This record gives sequence, structure tokens and C-alpha cells, in this order.
Amino acid sequence: MSKDNIGLNLEYEVLRNDFTKAGEASSNIKKILTQLGINSSIIRRIAIATYEAEMNIAIHSLGGCITVNVTPKEINIVALDNGPGIEDIELAMQEGYSTAPNSVRELGFGAGMGLSNMKRCSDKFKITSQKGKNTRVNMIIYI
Amino acid sequence: MKLSNIVTELDLEIVAGYNLENENNEPQGVYICDLLSLVMGKAKEHDIWITIQTHVNIVAVASLVDITAIIVSEGIEIDEDTKAKASEVNIPIFRSNLSSYDLATKLNSLGV
Ligand SMILES: Nc1ncnc2c1ncn2[C@@H]1O[C@H](COP(=O)(O)OP(=O)(O)O)[C@@H](O)[C@H]1O
Ligand SMILES: [Mg+2]
Repeated sequence: MSKDNIGLNLEYEVLRNDFTKAGEASSNIKKILTQLGINSSIIRRIAIATYEAEMNIAIHSLGGCITVNVTPKEINIVALDNGPGIEDIELAMQEGYSTAPNSVRELGFGAGMGLSNMKRCSDKFKITSQKGKNTRVNMIIYI
Repeated sequence: MKLSNIVTELDLEIVAGYNLENENNEPQGVYICDLLSLVMGKAKEHDIWITIQTHVNIVAVASLVDITAIIVSEGIEIDEDTKAKASEVNIPIFRSNLSSYDLATKLNSLGV
């Protein structure tokens, strides 16, 4: 299979607080996209975007999943979790803002740059959330 | 300069993931940081990454942004699962008793 005739759908479950496994979804996505022969600078952007999405689900949510849809034109990534949602999205998007607990900050997480990294790496970025509901991040990267 | 020469010149302790496949790689730069999202966003492909983080996630980060090698400074102890992961995905991890600053100065004088 090459990137000219692809129609591929990947799905990964991300568990709450599972930091040892975290990074596996994004690593696997990178591996598959590399095998498809996709341009390395695009793969890099997708790797960053999916890693940050994966970590946010593991650290800030009750768990969720990441789906990646690969078409000849674009890569469409959806990170969807089971809550608890974000009260103020504008604030969450600000670089440096983080509610990560100290226990994970000590491991190097919680720089408050995840959402802005995701936005910067995407051609289209959309986050929808509400306190008490789930959070959905949709990122599209053109190939 | 080849990774193998850097290991010798800096007297680095080989921790994991260093092998015939990557000993001839030539790092192009150095990035120092302990915050993972900053490394994701700012480290360049083929950089050496100097950090005091030792949790297993440093391997995923390095691998995702194509870092050539990780050097853990200040002689900090490295988790067993970090070593295992590094061997699995071929990311060399070294350790040194020097500070991040001293390591960077030495790398700079070697032309990295
Ligand atoms: N999936 C999510 N569920 C709930 N809150 C989230 C989620 N993703 C991000 N947030 C909130 O947005 C903040 C900023 O996220 P981010 O930019 O990735 O930085 P960091 O993860 O380092 O805190 C988080 O600290 C958290 O409060
Ligand atoms: Mg984050």
C-alpha cells in the first residue's frame, strides 16, 4: 500500500493516568505513516500533535481514544475523551497555562504548551468542550 | 562528529539503546530542557537532548521527534523501564556526572 491509494482508519484507546503506555499510540501512528512513505516533516507534525493529544487524555481526562483517518489528501485526527471537560477553552489554549498536578510536573509534563503545539502542527484545529462533558479535539493535516 | 567519538570524548556512561546501528550517527545540534512539551515543540531532528528527566516517556519523546541521543546529566538514576524502552526502539541513552551546562560546553567545543 502507498499513500496514493490509502483509506486507512486507526484507533487507539488511551487510559487515564497510564504514563508508561502513553506515547504508544503516537509511536505506532508514526511507524505506520512512515511505512506509507509520507513526507517526514508532515510525519513530525503528526507525531507531535498525536503525542500531545494522547498525553492530555492520559493526564487530564478520565480516558478516551484517538482515531486517525488517512486519505490520499489529508490526515484527520480526532482525540475524544470521556470528560470531565474544559471550563474555559481560551484559557486552556494559553501557552503556559496548566492544571497538571505536581506529581506529573515532576516527570516533565504540564508545560502548558500541549494545545498550542497541537494547533501549530495542524492545518485545521478545532477543540470543543464544556465543563461536565467530554473534550473533542479535531486536527487535520494536509499531505 | 560521530556519536561514538562523542561518547569517548565526553567519557559518557552507556546506559541503553546504543548499538552498531546508531554509533555512526552524527548529531547536528544540542537541545537542553526538562519539559517534554518544549522538547516536542523545539528540539530539532538529529539533536542531542540533555535532560535530568529519566521517566520512560523521554524515550517516546526522543523517538517521535527523531532525536539522535539522550544524555542524562548530573548522574541521575535512570528507570529500568526507560532502559528497556530505549533498547527496544534504538534510542541511545548515556549518562554523565557533569551538569547540563558543562556537557553543552564540551559538545560545543567538539563542534556539535
Ligand atoms: N482532554 C482534556 N480534558 C480536560 N482538560 C484538558 C484536556 N486537555 C487539556 N486540558 C486542560 O487544558 C490545560 C492545558 O493543556 P495543555 O496545553 O496540553 O498543557 P498541559 O497538558 O501541559 O497542562 C490543561 O492543563 C488542562 O487543564
Ligand atoms: Mg498537554
